[in-house]
Amino acid sequence: MPIKVLIPTALRPYAGKQSVIEVSALTVGEALNTLVAQHPDLRRHLFSEEGKLCSFVNVYLNDEDIRYLSKDATPVKETDTISIVPSVAGGR
Amino acid sequence: MTLSIPRTLLEELRRHGEETYPHECCGVLVGSFDEEGGKTVTAAVRCGNTRTDSPQNRYHISPSELVRIQREAMLAGSDIVGFYHSHPDHPARWSATDLAEAHWTGCSYLITSVEDGRAAVSNSFVLLDVDEAKHFQDEAITVTAE
Repeated sequence: MPIKVLIPTALRPYAGKQSVIEVSALTVGEALNTLVAQHPDLRRHLFSEEGKLCSFVNVYLNDEDIRYLSKDATPVKETDTISIVPSVAGGR
Repeated sequence: MTLSIPRTLLEELRRHGEETYPHECCGVLVGSFDEEGGKTVTAAVRCGNTRTDSPQNRYHISPSELVRIQREAMLAGSDIVGFYHSHPDHPARWSATDLAEAHWTGCSYLITSVEDGRAAVSNSFVLLDVDEAKHFQDEAITVTAE
């Protein structure tokens, strides 16, 4: 089923400059894999060489961090929205 | 590249740094990009600093706040164009930690030095490139009337 993925401004150059991409998937993992299959340049900005989600990349299903759901295996439904947000931190 | 921001919003985020002194403040700049990569800020959204272990020299914005701000901005036809934070009793220059923890390529990172509780200098830096080539470049701030 189609599900919306919101692309942060920082990653749009690697996603055809699109802000929202619809992918067909039954789980969050499927959605992300479909996304990087469609936009291969995104892969190294989301995943490590071992294929794990980068530690500074946060993926939310609606308002929930998938780390606290079932991670990649989290099921999705048509009305859901996946948000990708790189972390924001620093200090003097 | 230029960061264009209304005076009222710049004053507001500088005041935020004074209010949280001696701790770092942080927030999100919402607005739009132009064709050349310049940005116009239309809102400065305050965020909490989750680094309660070391708030005087570190900041971190909760991802859940970023998700909400990104979603609301996009619904309104805007985008996240950058972030701001303060450096209490420290210059308004990016630090090694700021660069290491920056991941929003193309976005602005606006830093305000707060000296003895008063906002002093505000500087903006745009994050360019990724991995080993990642770096900050100085960015002019254009303050507008509205």
